[in-house]
Amino acid sequence: MQRFSALALLRHGLGRHQGWKPQWRNAAPKPSYDAIIVGGGGHGLGAAYYLAKVYGIRNVAVVEKGWIGGGNTGRNTTIIRSNYLFEESAALYDHALKLWEGLSQELNYNVMFSQRGVMMLAHNIHDIQVFKRHVHANRINGVDNEWLTAEQAKDYCPPLNIDPNVRYPVLGAALQRRGGTARHDAVAWGYARAADALGVDIIENCEVAGIRRDMAGAVAGVETSRGFIASKRVGVSAAGHTSVVLDMAHVRLPLESFPLQALVSEPVKPVFPCVVMSNTIHAYLSQSDKGELVIGAGTDVYTSYTQRGGLHIATHTLEAICELFPRFRRMRMLRNWGGIVDVTPDRSPIIAKTPVTGLYVNCGWGTGGFKATPGAAHLFAHTIARDEPHPINAPFTIERFRDGYLIDEAAAAAVAH
Amino acid sequence: MTTTLFRTGSGGLIDRSRPLRFTFDGKSYSGLQGDTLASALLANGVHLVGRSFKYHRPRGIMGIGADEPNALVGVRRDDARYTPNLLATQVELYDGLDAVSQNRHPSLENDRMAVNDRLLSRFIPAGFYYKTFMWPHKAWDRLYEPRIRAAAGLGVAPDKPDPDSYTQRYAHCDVLVIGAGPAGITAAMEAATADARVILCDDRAAMGGSLLSAASVTIAGKDSSVWLDESLAALARMPNVTLLSRTIAFGYYPHNWIGLTERLTDHLAVMPAGRPRERLWQVRAKEVVIAAGAIERPLVFPGNDRPGIMLADAARTYLQQYGVSVGRRVAIVAAHDSAYRAAHELRAAGIAVVVIADIRSRPAVANPPDCAGTRILSDASIEGTTGKLRVTSITLSAGSKRETFACDTVLMAGGFTPSVHLFSQSRGKLAWDPELQAYLPGQSAEAERSAGACRGRFALEEALADGMEAGRAAARSAGFATGVEVHGPAVTVSHPIGEGGHIGATSSSKGAKDKAFVDWQNDVTANDILLAAREGFISIEHVKRYTTTGMATDQGKLSNINALGIVSEATGRTIPEIGLTTFRAPYTPITFGSLAGRARGDLFDPARVTAFNDWAIEQGAVFENVRNWKRAHYFPRPGEDMHAAVARECLQVRKSVGIFDASTLGKIEVVGPDAAEFLNRFYVNAWTKLGVGKCRYGVLLREDGFILDDGVVGRLAPDRFHVTTTTGGAARVLNMMEDYLQTEWPDLRVWLTSTTEQWSVIAVQGPNAREVLSPLIEGLDVSAEAFPHMSIADAQMCGVPMRLMRVSFTGELGFEVNVPSGYGAMVWQAIWERGKLYDMVPYGTETMHVLRAEKGFIIVGQETDGTVTPDDVGLAWAIGKAKPDFVGKRSLARPALAASNRKQLVGLLTRNPQIALEEGAQIVSPSAPGTSIGHVTSSYHSSVLKKSIALALVRGGRARIGQILHVSMPGGSIPVGVVAPVFFDPEGKRINV
Amino acid sequence: MLIIRCPYCGERPELEFAYGGQAHIARPLQPSDQNDEDWNVYLNLRANPKGWHSERWRHIHGCARFFNAVRDTRTDHFLATYKMGEPAPEVPST
Repeated sequence: MQRFSALALLRHGLGRHQGWKPQWRNAAPKPSYDAIIVGGGGHGLGAAYYLAKVYGIRNVAVVEKGWIGGGNTGRNTTIIRSNYLFEESAALYDHALKLWEGLSQELNYNVMFSQRGVMMLAHNIHDIQVFKRHVHANRINGVDNEWLTAEQAKDYCPPLNIDPNVRYPVLGAALQRRGGTARHDAVAWGYARAADALGVDIIENCEVAGIRRDMAGAVAGVETSRGFIASKRVGVSAAGHTSVVLDMAHVRLPLESFPLQALVSEPVKPVFPCVVMSNTIHAYLSQSDKGELVIGAGTDVYTSYTQRGGLHIATHTLEAICELFPRFRRMRMLRNWGGIVDVTPDRSPIIAKTPVTGLYVNCGWGTGGFKATPGAAHLFAHTIARDEPHPINAPFTIERFRDGYLIDEAAAAAVAH
Repeated sequence: MTTTLFRTGSGGLIDRSRPLRFTFDGKSYSGLQGDTLASALLANGVHLVGRSFKYHRPRGIMGIGADEPNALVGVRRDDARYTPNLLATQVELYDGLDAVSQNRHPSLENDRMAVNDRLLSRFIPAGFYYKTFMWPHKAWDRLYEPRIRAAAGLGVAPDKPDPDSYTQRYAHCDVLVIGAGPAGITAAMEAATADARVILCDDRAAMGGSLLSAASVTIAGKDSSVWLDESLAALARMPNVTLLSRTIAFGYYPHNWIGLTERLTDHLAVMPAGRPRERLWQVRAKEVVIAAGAIERPLVFPGNDRPGIMLADAARTYLQQYGVSVGRRVAIVAAHDSAYRAAHELRAAGIAVVVIADIRSRPAVANPPDCAGTRILSDASIEGTTGKLRVTSITLSAGSKRETFACDTVLMAGGFTPSVHLFSQSRGKLAWDPELQAYLPGQSAEAERSAGACRGRFALEEALADGMEAGRAAARSAGFATGVEVHGPAVTVSHPIGEGGHIGATSSSKGAKDKAFVDWQNDVTANDILLAAREGFISIEHVKRYTTTGMATDQGKLSNINALGIVSEATGRTIPEIGLTTFRAPYTPITFGSLAGRARGDLFDPARVTAFNDWAIEQGAVFENVRNWKRAHYFPRPGEDMHAAVARECLQVRKSVGIFDASTLGKIEVVGPDAAEFLNRFYVNAWTKLGVGKCRYGVLLREDGFILDDGVVGRLAPDRFHVTTTTGGAARVLNMMEDYLQTEWPDLRVWLTSTTEQWSVIAVQGPNAREVLSPLIEGLDVSAEAFPHMSIADAQMCGVPMRLMRVSFTGELGFEVNVPSGYGAMVWQAIWERGKLYDMVPYGTETMHVLRAEKGFIIVGQETDGTVTPDDVGLAWAIGKAKPDFVGKRSLARPALAASNRKQLVGLLTRNPQIALEEGAQIVSPSAPGTSIGHVTSSYHSSVLKKSIALALVRGGRARIGQILHVSMPGGSIPVGVVAPVFFDPEGKRINV
Repeated sequence: MLIIRCPYCGERPELEFAYGGQAHIARPLQPSDQNDEDWNVYLNLRANPKGWHSERWRHIHGCARFFNAVRDTRTDHFLATYKMGEPAPEVPST
């Protein structure tokens, strides 16, 4: 692997950058591999990397039906945080956050992980109760999260409107300072390059058409648009398309796929210093390094694979953004797009073995998968390599839905009274 | 003031009798009514208008419309009305307009950051930031990123709330025609003539598209301008036609739902008071005709970005439409015959065209311009340009000969790219046309069709005919009869547009010293794209993301196709093999405010208020938001904070009596012969034996076994129940009831009616509640014997119908008076007056919470969180044990829900009664302080009990009663005693009086 | 915003409707007789096809009735909407 550094840039600059090599090989499929990962997003590429790096399994292929990083990895608003309520979730996401903190160096690829802080706004008494419960639970679990008054929140994020006389005033906020954003494409490319250097084949434009099983019912390999590829271990990391892929092995998972939209503004000079989330009025905002305001919108109500949603979803989000930040009302929406998110009944992911021997799945991340990328990838690699889950992902089974061991973060924030 | 040296003597659509003053970067200029900022600047000889994103190279106006990559400006009307990143080509001039350039420091002429271009550019190619800034570890956040951010961005965001308003409109039509050029106009005319309701929209101030700049063209025997005026006038007269100028169709959404924004005031010198700035149209069209035209393509050659280098047809349009000469000495580089048309027209206006360098071997056009003074080169190669803030020369070679031509303007005629954006947004499939070398609309996904240049019909005659056919077809598909087939109007054109075009970089771009730009705004060069390909980024989406080509505010309108051509050449694959990047909405940037519309302030999410809201405001209540309701939180007296007010309210309720607005609770009337059976199946409780006139506390589960809602249910008749729900759960519960009733149990004869808004509910609670109410009640004996706790009856109060429930959420004798909402305020006032005899207090939700916590009553959403079963919160008693089934019952038997170590509701008491725990605080065992075993769900100072009380969910909690546990806090842990979750009157004597 | 044909009221914009998940799933008549696996199928497993999908909608801001629909999740185009209790239409093979 060609090392990346300022010095290398300087050296190659003198050579008019003719000497750079492909960051990953445009690999053609070999007849067989020790493991195949279906899905070339951050999670899948990362899993291949950790299989090779941590678990010594280097004869690995990542098969991707399009171009790597083209699914939710390249479509999300890149919010990274770990201040989840339940200890199972907090452990999972904080495992990821710790890996994020060294990821650029680990991969020798600047993924631009920016710990700008993630602030979640409380707009009513119920929000305060819920967020304070998070703060207390996180402290016990060793996850940073602190409560801010409205004035402190304004100090941290000056564009915030904390006028108490608005419809949904800001009553305070929970802040995770270690949270932030990263450059989504770079995560996919960085993992691809590092995995490739360890021998992993990254095979783009290779769509899985079937999962072949042997006489005993165990996985034997995958049928693809580029032919059959044999492997006794297949890990599916296909996000919104997980149901489609697992259907080929007749495995049914409790998943539904919904459109999720996001949008960006035109780029402007730095004006927004952190990530702000308001679950109550559905506004999620940060500013990218390029200067665009990056705004997460909601999911449409119906399942769909169209990677787009209705205009009313985006307008609803912008209503909330304009209400929280009236100064942004004259800003303009530059791009609006959709992804497909796979959602489980408790909105927490599955990283687990399936009923089929040799078939593993990492799915169900809903709207929150990007933040978990390194952690999920590592735990998925562990599960595949050892044929058993890591203690951190042990609770995130398929069976929990049958048995009732839900990890329901969203329900825990539910409003009633 | 500078004189407008570059305005021609005559012609154009500007109003020469109406001069306008404006400033650019503080310098004053003059323009004319009808100018855009770009045309007015060009008329003053100003080409330099901006600095590029990365290299800070000087940049000039390049195009004429939405495709402009360089001329981004900020426009300031006043302190609060600053808009960044506007295209000078789209900003209509008004008197007093104040525009500034962006992304330069200290000035446009001298930009310090231009060092990026001169010294650094070699070391900061595409994607350089992925390769560095990684050491030392912490420096990214603190050092590198802030600097990169400061350098990035374009304009400056407004720093004050936008005082303008925006409005929205929904519309339906039979045929929506997008684009009022030749094809759009004939399409609209044909559809409208067939009686279809037509909307014709165009993003420019004047309709006509390319006809606005037509010279020496006749249509149907008339000068094209006459034909245009007559056609638009005819459309305007038709009652079934809506003409929307300054209106851009920005998004094509599923099922023929189109988003348009109309600019209403930005072009006016004086903003009419109260008029919205923009209007968002959301149009549901039966049929759509896309007549979006084509975008002129630049050529990629070294030094192709100096001010004065622009698109050829744009230059021609500035001349014909605005009477502006873009320069004195013009060189044209050409890959398309339109170069010759431009040359003809510029020369006719007296502009010197020094050279036409055609990169093709032989122009297809038949009549090259009269050669006097104009050199024509074929097989030309464009070697480079010079000029610091304006192009001063161009070097060309043809054959072995290399020549430099002095010039002040270079025009690029690279051909035309059909504007397939909206078609592609509609999810229609694009098809590569090898003949035209263009992507054209292929198979449609929606009820739409394209017409004119956007599907490759560039010649005027073709476009007019194509529009007619599209308009007729659209009308027919929308169900209208169209007449006999007609042909498009006869057209004469002195200089046809011709053909040709080039995609990708021109031959000289390779190895050249100067940069050959592909994406002007994002500073992406041909070398950047080659570098990306070299590094393995060969998918066009990867190229785009790695180099950022096509990701600027113009969204690649000029750059995408050339980038594609370069990748094609570099990888040896054809353009259709490489594919296209996705076209995403919006077509041009759309103001947030227009999308948010009227939903601001009070209308952002209109608050629901009860009939007693005004009264509570008069009493000085402090309110809280509960879902979208406003509820009185507490009623402070002068000098009281919440703590003091709540302490007083609690004491007075327990001592005498209090009045509380319970109207927000959901209410559902469940009626029918099978109503009891329905409730049996729905709630955990058994309802069959509930007597008429009696109430019962009901618990509702989700099908997965966890508590969803609760509330009191009263039986008014064998076939009629009054069901109450939580405030937040009302709609959810009704929807779930309807779901089961309509889809699972259609056999049940039950009807559901939401009555939440119909009943105002006045809770009167306290030992004196009966004394307060009984004189006001007509036709009902409310004595303890006749109307015991958990009774319900219909009667009258103050002469109006009343439904009275004897229920208590306080542990005191209590009644809930339901009266029709229209009478609510009157009845409340009557009770209030009567209550004065007993020093009755109004109390709010906070006191309600404290009083119920003293009694250990749960609040769904506070003690429960979607992971809690009835047994967890001590409600197992409510479950009808004999029932074979109810919603959620089966799930309660699942392993996790039946486990023995679940969290259970308990009470907590601090050793120091003055210390109140924090809600949400975590509970640990003293022996394992690092492991949470539960959390505080509710905690209050109880003025009644003179100590703090708390409810908590604790693992195995009921078995821990009597133990000491710790509540973990940042400053150390607080020891607490675990007690039963009832702190006051555990025998319940006070409610049965 | 989708346009949806309520079988009772006609075509209306999506905002008038609530989505109701997969159609034609009958709640077991005797849930207590179900083992955990069977109950899990009813409770949690939903078809998530890329293609034709039978689903429920409720015209919540209209006639308030539930009805069924067949929609292509690749395009969001509806094949048909029909009343509860009516048989599902024949779905194209693609």
